[in-house]
Amino acid sequence: MTALRKVMKDGLWTNTPIFVQVLGICSTLAVTNNLRNTMIMVLGVTFATAMGSWTLSLLKDLIPRKVRMIVQVLVLSFYVIIIDILLRAYQPAISKQLGPYVGLIITNCILMGRAEAFAAANKPGLSFADGLANGLGYGWVLVCIAFIRELLGFGTIFGFKVMGGNFTPWTIMVMAPSAFFLVASALWVANVYKARAEAKKKAAPPNQGSAAPAAQK
Amino acid sequence: MNAPNVGILSLFIASILTSNILLANFLGTCSFISISKDFKSSMGLGIAVTMVIGICSAVCWVVLYYIIVPLGIEYLSFIIFIIVIAGVVQMLEMIIDRFSPSLYMALGIFLPLITVNCAVLGVILFMQIRYYNFIQAVVFGFGSGAGWWLSIMLLASIRRKLDNNNAIPAGLKGTGITLITIGFMAMAFIGFSGMIAIQ
Repeated sequence: MTALRKVMKDGLWTNTPIFVQVLGICSTLAVTNNLRNTMIMVLGVTFATAMGSWTLSLLKDLIPRKVRMIVQVLVLSFYVIIIDILLRAYQPAISKQLGPYVGLIITNCILMGRAEAFAAANKPGLSFADGLANGLGYGWVLVCIAFIRELLGFGTIFGFKVMGGNFTPWTIMVMAPSAFFLVASALWVANVYKARAEAKKKAAPPNQGSAAPAAQK
Repeated sequence: MNAPNVGILSLFIASILTSNILLANFLGTCSFISISKDFKSSMGLGIAVTMVIGICSAVCWVVLYYIIVPLGIEYLSFIIFIIVIAGVVQMLEMIIDRFSPSLYMALGIFLPLITVNCAVLGVILFMQIRYYNFIQAVVFGFGSGAGWWLSIMLLASIRRKLDNNNAIPAGLKGTGITLITIGFMAMAFIGFSGMIAIQ
């Protein structure tokens, strides 16, 4: 149970794909000017990562080393095709808006990264949890970015108008550069926060260490 | 489903500048950020990506319109494209190894990485969605590759200067400042978008 908790915490905060590994910004960042599309993409990535990690962990002893990469890609693309077909059947409008980006989940580095780094050496259940945590850890950052971009770019949230009538939309927020700036700012905040937490941790143990011998005397 | 009415030259220039596959569509960002630390590797990867995208878009166009569409197996297209890309990369690796060992030494480690570079699959999916004809697909492929190459060279040069700069806040060092640089580059590239449109 503790292993499971550690995996979840790693994926969601300590080792978040976007902040620490800087992976997988490729395909999903492109749809972050719309909150609803971002949610769909994040769910898709999470589903594909979790199921892909689970499957590959089950298969890990059966796959010859030489063809491992291509087997991984094929398994992952199987799940992405499922997502694509479901979207096309039930949400044709969203599927059309997302265009090629659903298919591009296959080449999202997080999927391959988790399959290679975690699922190749761990049990299926734990790999599933790892995929889930990493997908969601990546997702919450993107949802925050999409929230800011849609709010300032269109004045809406989930398509509902929330800004007043005299609000001027920031065109830059709709376009690509703002996504890079926002990811950089999020990274900055996370780095500063982590540095502070680490400094606190570093400051704490020596105090205890020096206090303990003193107490013994 | 007719091919869009776009001139070859404007398609080429647009795919390099205004619709740059990296700066406007976010594709291939992962390897872009990690490789651009080093100028020489950027050059190697840039050439490799350009070649692979160009060849793959031609091969995939043929596969799409002569195999996938006649057989009606569009739902398998992602898997087929991935296999084609992996095959092309493997072939290219063998050909380069045979004819130019020195180039193989320079590109060797990058070629396998390209199979999972989003830019390659991205160009192919765009080509499918926009119904390009064969010539347009090839031009779009090479143009996008060249655009990717141009932007990684620019970023690698800028990062050389950034490494020696001590004024950057500690929390932004490394990836943070790189992302901001990419943002500014994207603004510069997209600034031309009113002039040429390809969609």
